[in-house]
Amino acid sequence: MNAHGLWIALATLLHREVGRFLRIWMQTLLPPVITMSIYFVVFGSLLGSRIQRIDGFSYIEFIVPGLVMMSVITNSFSNVASSFFNARFQRSVEELQVAPLPDWIMVAGYVGGGMLRGILVGFLVLLVSLAFHPVRFHNLPIVLAFLVLTSLVFALAGFSNALIARRFDDISIVPTFILTPLTYFGGVFYSISLLPPFWRGLSRLNPILYMVNGFRFGFLGASDIPTWIGLATLIGLAAGLVALNLGMLARGVGLRT
Amino acid sequence: MSTALEIRNLSKTYSGGVEALRGVDLDVEEGDFHALLGPNGAGKSTLIGILTNLVRPTAGEIRVFGVDARAHPERARTLMGVVPQEFNFNVFEKALEILVFQAGLYGIPRTRALPRAQELLERLGLGDQMHQIARHLSGGMKRRLMVARALVNSPRLLILDEPTAGVDIELRRGLWEILTELNQKGTTIILTTHYLEEAEQLCRNLAIIDHGRILEQGPIQDLVRRLEVQTFVLDLAAPATGKELPAAFQVRRIDPERLEIDVPGGLTLNQVFAALEACGLEVISLRNKSNRLEELFVHLVGRGRP
Ligand SMILES: Nc1ncnc2c1ncn2[C@@H]1O[C@H](COP(=O)(O)OP(=O)(O)O)[C@@H](O)[C@H]1O
Ligand SMILES: [Mg+2]
Repeated sequence: MNAHGLWIALATLLHREVGRFLRIWMQTLLPPVITMSIYFVVFGSLLGSRIQRIDGFSYIEFIVPGLVMMSVITNSFSNVASSFFNARFQRSVEELQVAPLPDWIMVAGYVGGGMLRGILVGFLVLLVSLAFHPVRFHNLPIVLAFLVLTSLVFALAGFSNALIARRFDDISIVPTFILTPLTYFGGVFYSISLLPPFWRGLSRLNPILYMVNGFRFGFLGASDIPTWIGLATLIGLAAGLVALNLGMLARGVGLRT
Repeated sequence: MSTALEIRNLSKTYSGGVEALRGVDLDVEEGDFHALLGPNGAGKSTLIGILTNLVRPTAGEIRVFGVDARAHPERARTLMGVVPQEFNFNVFEKALEILVFQAGLYGIPRTRALPRAQELLERLGLGDQMHQIARHLSGGMKRRLMVARALVNSPRLLILDEPTAGVDIELRRGLWEILTELNQKGTTIILTTHYLEEAEQLCRNLAIIDHGRILEQGPIQDLVRRLEVQTFVLDLAAPATGKELPAAFQVRRIDPERLEIDVPGGLTLNQVFAALEACGLEVISLRNKSNRLEELFVHLVGRGRP
């Protein structure tokens, strides 16, 4: 197919993916917004007033960027993981396989859909946070760069997970055992400068730390980690995951016997 | 006339070690209505899976209207439409949306896909079900939905994998009509089935597949005629050495006291014996020679009968 045809195919896939998460917004958009509102109430309003300022910012101000990032991560990931695994499970993915499409269109369509959900949820969570504290942007381009790259990385990871999953249980393994702990220990709720040296060093192995800190830097202008390391980590992870997914598709993993 | 499909030495060994295809050669001319007939497990779906990018071949070559499917897989796929054996659409989507989505994947924009999808659904008798989600359609309707979906890109080659298995007689006839009409308008059709009756009704040419090998390929009429010929093995009272054999039959010498004779349908054994006697040959015993192809056919025909 020519470039125009490929563009239509990609738009078709994106249209379906976005339509899906908008249609079931009670399962896809509402829960993260409610969960994060509860965090804002508990940590921001109730506990926050008793917690010391971190890097000169009130506690609610400090945690908002991290919580937005946490929503982006889980929603980008789970949108692709569940939608793509469901297509494999129902075999409707065969509609894509019989069509004259290169593999990357399949990746781009699902990943694009996941990114849009992650970004939309992040935006909604940020909107809710306004009820607790006004937002300020120290560096908007940095905020946007971290937002887009983080959603890209986790949407790609969701695709990989859905491709190798055999049962529905398999797509909750990564969120439960990897994403949740890494996010909670990734500096969403504290600055790693508060940690003893050993734990501080260990935290630096956690890629989510770089994302959270980079994103927070975009808002507050303060970070535990130089921003460029965060950007480089994200770009490296994205490139690695693109290669992993395309490599698996070329070998037929999960789709072609 | 050009060749719609040319398969050479295609083989597939699944990772578990099952040899589903063992060097298949198949030619389908453009405009043909071609049956691929074989019992369950013969390798029909594997063959179609390879054609449609669902199964990776172990070896072999495929050309679709001259396009090398290995070198230009995407170009080859634009020429085909497929109706798989199992339902494979998203059951929560509406019928119309399933078609428009599939069309989009072929690069057809929504504005052009919508009227085309509506027309196809009407043609397949699903006009009233356009806005129903697929899960709520009956089995026959789901099958027709898949036929409509396979036609959205106006394929030159339409492939159907057991489209009428488990489908009631009325629906089967309806589907046959639609396919015949499509074929008359120029679409090349390949259909797998394990009903000989269906192949005879619809198709001009036939390939018989079993255990991953093509046993026979050719016009259905020829194959059916050949099957009406029965072969007998005759034991003689005395060696036939030096004696003339009846000219009216195909007779082969196996050893001095044993002959093999082909008897076309319509002739009686009495006529056979009369001809043998005229040549001075006395038969002690005879037995029907079993024939692999024939056995398969009997098996297939038997199952085709309701
Ligand atoms: N995914 C698979 N993995 C392993 N073996 C398979 C797979 N699909 C089919 N087979 C085997 O390959 C052979 C041919 O199957 P299939 O092509 O489905 O035959 P048919 O469609 O003619 O009934 C059978 O023995 C079947 O069990
Ligand atoms: Mg089959």
